[in-house]
Amino acid sequence: MSKRSNWSIPYVIFLVFFVALPLVLVMVYAFQDGQGRFTLENITKFFTDRDALSTFAVSIEVALENTGLCILLGYPAAWILANKQYNKSAVTIVLFIMPMWINALMRTLATAQLFTMLGITLGKGTLLFGMVYDYLPFMIYPIYNILAKMDKSYVEAAVDLGATPWRAFWKVTVPLSMPGVTSGILMVFMPTVSTFAISEFLTNNKIKLFGTIIQENINSSMWNYGAALAFVMLIIIGITTLFDQDKEEAEGGLI
Amino acid sequence: MDKIIDIKGLSKSFGDKKVLQDINLYVRRGEFLTLLGPSGCGKTTLLRMIAGFLQPDEGSILMDGKELAGIPPHERPLNTVFQRYALFPHLDVYENIAFGLKLKKVPEEEIDKRVRKVLKLVAMSDYEDRDVETLSGGQQQRIAIARAIVNQPKVLLLDEPLAALDLKMRKDMQTELKEMHKKLGITFIYVTHDQEEALTLSDTIAVFNEGRIQQIGTPVDIYNEPVNSFVADFIGESNILNGTMIRDRRVSFIGHEFDCVDEGFGENVPVDVVVRPEDIYFTKKEEKTQFTATVKSCTFKGVHYEMFVDTDTGNELMIQDYDPYPVGSTVRLYIDPDDIQVMKKERTCNTLDGIVLDEENIELLGVNFPLPNKFEADTEVKVEVPFDAVDLMDNLDDGVLEGEVHFILYKGDHYHLTIKTEYGDFLWVDTDDIWDKGDLVGIRFKSRKGIKITKKEKKDE
Repeated sequence: MSKRSNWSIPYVIFLVFFVALPLVLVMVYAFQDGQGRFTLENITKFFTDRDALSTFAVSIEVALENTGLCILLGYPAAWILANKQYNKSAVTIVLFIMPMWINALMRTLATAQLFTMLGITLGKGTLLFGMVYDYLPFMIYPIYNILAKMDKSYVEAAVDLGATPWRAFWKVTVPLSMPGVTSGILMVFMPTVSTFAISEFLTNNKIKLFGTIIQENINSSMWNYGAALAFVMLIIIGITTLFDQDKEEAEGGLI
Repeated sequence: MDKIIDIKGLSKSFGDKKVLQDINLYVRRGEFLTLLGPSGCGKTTLLRMIAGFLQPDEGSILMDGKELAGIPPHERPLNTVFQRYALFPHLDVYENIAFGLKLKKVPEEEIDKRVRKVLKLVAMSDYEDRDVETLSGGQQQRIAIARAIVNQPKVLLLDEPLAALDLKMRKDMQTELKEMHKKLGITFIYVTHDQEEALTLSDTIAVFNEGRIQQIGTPVDIYNEPVNSFVADFIGESNILNGTMIRDRRVSFIGHEFDCVDEGFGENVPVDVVVRPEDIYFTKKEEKTQFTATVKSCTFKGVHYEMFVDTDTGNELMIQDYDPYPVGSTVRLYIDPDDIQVMKKERTCNTLDGIVLDEENIELLGVNFPLPNKFEADTEVKVEVPFDAVDLMDNLDDGVLEGEVHFILYKGDHYHLTIKTEYGDFLWVDTDDIWDKGDLVGIRFKSRKGIKITKKEKKDE
């Protein structure tokens, strides 16, 4: 037993140095002023800073819109991919996943160039386009995963009991695939809040997201305030993951 | 006669594979009909076509005289109990059962009344708030049945509903199903591969094999008078033997002649003979003795002893008797004429169509067989190959053709195998060697032994 537990040492070291320590540092910095004294000023500054708060609100709004669009586009796509009647080979699912193999920054830059070339003004529309383009696979995959594994006889049983295919879909397929949707939401919503590259490239920084102001503060050496903002975001992530754990049947999802 | 379901000339293929061929079957109102057969025989496909999940390629299914073809499954007045129950995991027991009624917009109070009634019927009254995933297999089974019958279907389809339960539970559920059928008066169509279950439950059994109905009849008919060696072998234990019908009411097998009750086969016609192991009797009297045998093994089976004996003519027989006989002893045996079931042989040799390639070769079963002949090239010929002229090899490369052992029948002194070739044709082989189902074999013909090649007569001339 003791021997086998030794195998975990490298992972523990990794966790300590690359996960726990940075998190602790973020917390420590968030509650310090420039001279290293304990203070709550950074947190209170955020809650009194109009600009920061409105950026935060915009971020949440964009993230909600992005997540909504991803569900709207991703669910049908996942359903078609998981349906053997329409999708006869595993290659198609790979095609959907393939964009993830290319670096997101690269794709975003290319998208921005395309918009410029087509003479489309950068703004909210292009931002959402870029967001959906980047995050759609993260929504499709967990939903596809759960739909592909779902026993076909559930839908057949519903139809057998008198449900039209449409009602069987809403009453059986959708509720049973919720763990996949929850996973997808988590994978799309939080990264959208903290992203800054997409808004920078696709709106020329016209629209600032929460990630952008963290980045700006860190870049201009305002480490303590940046850390406090990061801390606020961590709390929100924490809350959303707790919400996910309520549904214990998250099997089949990505998380 | 009051037919609730009438199936006429039904066929279905999946790609190249014919899963059902020319099925004709009717179900009487209130009947308990069982579709029985080994896995892959097409019985579940037929059930799914009745339910509406699959469409037939040819033929029709009538319900109360009306064609079901254009009616989608959700509008058919029948309900299914699925093999793995398919209870909705996101709903509790009550909601599962009420699912169908809610869709039909039945008023709340009536739903409540009917759900409680069926819960009582399946003896699950206190379970309505339970999560279905916390129930045992047997309990889930009951809920699945309740969910189907609460809709008061005209026909209840059951797809191997007891297959996932353990033996004891299965026996109990069999009794309950039978009682439920009596109480409800609903027509049951039941799919199973378990012959004992079929014999216990059914009013009528339809035995399936290779996509065709082999026999339809009451359990007693099917057990006592199987129409062919497949049915005899599949239902219960049996001795299946090669015999010759000498004349009406007289048959010879295992090297002896016996009186029987069968007529109309003709004289000196090769037949298959079935004798159930419980129908071979021991006797002490010399005048009753029809043949003698040596006991080879004797096993206690609970109610009876199961013995294997070697007859004086070298055939092996299985006998079941309440009394054991010591291994090695010589016993006197007889069989009542009533207990001998004579069946027409489906075939006496392999009849194959071929095309002559040259003097030494004929194209058969999709490959080139070296068969010396005296026909011109391109002649279409009929090749008759006796069962014992086919040679099976362990090493696939030694054969001209590859095949798989598809079905095995022990005939007392040899095995009769059905081989499915790599191109999907069937060959029948007599052999003394022991093979297992699913074995891959190389196939070739023992040189010329009894193989008859004749020119094919052209039909259109």
